[in-house]
Amino acid sequence: MPPDEPLVLARGLTKRFGHFTAVDAIDFSIARGESFGFLGPNGAGKSSTMRMVAAVSPVTAGTLRILGRDPATDGPSIRARIGVVPQEDSLDTELTVEENLIVYGRYFDLPRPLLRERAAALLDFVQLTERAHDQVEPLSGGMKRRLTIARALVNEPELLLLDEPTTGLDPQARHLVWDRLYRLKQQGTTLVLTTHYMDEAEQLCDRLVVMDGGRIVAEGTPAALIREHSTREVLELRFPPGGQDVDLGAIDGLASRIERLPDRVLIYTDDSDAALARVGTAGLEPVAALTRRSTLEDVFLRLTGRQLVD
Amino acid sequence: MSTPAPVRYLEHELTVYRRLWRSSLVSSFLSPVLFLAAIGGTVGRAIDRHGVGHFGGASYIEWLAPGLMAANAMQVAIQECFHPVLGGFKWTRTFIGAAATPLQPGNIVTGRLTWVGLRSLLLSGAYLLVAALFGAVTHLGAVWAVPVAALTGLAFAAPATAWAATRDRDDSFSSIQRFAVLPLFLFSGVFFPISQLPAVLRPLAYLLPLWHGVVLCRAIALGHAGGWAAVGHVAVLVAYIAAGTVAAVWAFDRRLHS
Repeated sequence: MPPDEPLVLARGLTKRFGHFTAVDAIDFSIARGESFGFLGPNGAGKSSTMRMVAAVSPVTAGTLRILGRDPATDGPSIRARIGVVPQEDSLDTELTVEENLIVYGRYFDLPRPLLRERAAALLDFVQLTERAHDQVEPLSGGMKRRLTIARALVNEPELLLLDEPTTGLDPQARHLVWDRLYRLKQQGTTLVLTTHYMDEAEQLCDRLVVMDGGRIVAEGTPAALIREHSTREVLELRFPPGGQDVDLGAIDGLASRIERLPDRVLIYTDDSDAALARVGTAGLEPVAALTRRSTLEDVFLRLTGRQLVD
Repeated sequence: MSTPAPVRYLEHELTVYRRLWRSSLVSSFLSPVLFLAAIGGTVGRAIDRHGVGHFGGASYIEWLAPGLMAANAMQVAIQECFHPVLGGFKWTRTFIGAAATPLQPGNIVTGRLTWVGLRSLLLSGAYLLVAALFGAVTHLGAVWAVPVAALTGLAFAAPATAWAATRDRDDSFSSIQRFAVLPLFLFSGVFFPISQLPAVLRPLAYLLPLWHGVVLCRAIALGHAGGWAAVGHVAVLVAYIAAGTVAAVWAFDRRLHS
């Protein structure tokens, strides 16, 4: 494939299960070396999209090219060149850490001597060298995740797919995983990840799309998305329980949007100092007031709503 | 030089087995020792003393052992293909991991069935060895009953794999063991010739693979196998293996490439 051709190209990509449309005619393209994220609430269609890009789930309609090839006809040869970190671990828990890498590498028909070398290097990379000959079963969740990442790298993939790579990990383990993924990104590996953690997306993604109900509702860099879909700052006012229904007419001209939550009021504004001053002059007495920058989380909640999706 | 894809999956099973072979070896020998001692030794002696004479001139234990070998291969093969197959999708998720690599669902099925076939072969070899120690093997040609017993195992392993791959829960497995496999084991000519069965039940024995495996293993072990009957028995076993494999590949494909 030509060097400037996207590594993944989707046009009108659709996935239906019976009458249910999981992915509804989406378009996206991922360039070589890019770190690309799919954000969205549960059921938004992220995982279905990832499974199609992983060349294990047939496309219902539209076109999909991965590494310049069609997954419908070239599934095995595409999968030979990508790495997959699934949402749920699929390690061989009764085997050792090293055996897991070798057995998996054999699926790619890589020779054992080469796999032993790669296993040593990868275990060093994910900081599991001391556990190489231990069984996987008793390892912590974070260690298993790192091993899964090492396993996905055993074929030196051009494209690494990660489905919610840090869900269920404690903060230390998450940061270690992020650190390793960041290094891969620096080394030029193309990363594609799904997440519903906004901090993860801000840390890792050069570019991302927000999905909701099987469609892409926004696309851009984290900074551009914040610029486009939120204000520069957010003023959070906390009132005593039941005190949210205050009249905020005073700050009308300063807030581009006001959101009332059960415990606080969010005022999206480009000048929070002025807005806060107006709140004071209007005689409102919040228990606490906090000014912060807009985050991707504000964008996400704006685009996909606060309703819980079950 | 590239290794065929099913063999690459087989290597996975062998790596796992390398950790488990000790316990599995003990049970491979335990089952024939228990059955041959309990039934061949005691019931058999009583039968031989009364000279019932249904056993083609052989002693009861000589007649019994090859059929038990085939039935044992069936039982172990089914065990190997119920929980471990469902687990490969639901618990260990091994198949899901393997499906993300160049391996195709069909490669995983054939690799796994090759493994079950090898295991049946080893298991049946152990059975023959124990039978020989019990004095139940009369001639060297009996070793040819071992691959037939392995085929019998596979004739159940392939459909069992297909069934397990379409399940979402394991609750049907014990019912099948209790209400299908156990009666089959008892009434497929392992312990007594099916000529003793009521005439209405006999076609059922002909239809299912166990009787064919049992009869052919026995004929080989007693030194009177041959002709079209043997070909017919093998053909039935192979037909079950082929149909079961096709169904299993379909089920794996549907589950892994949905």
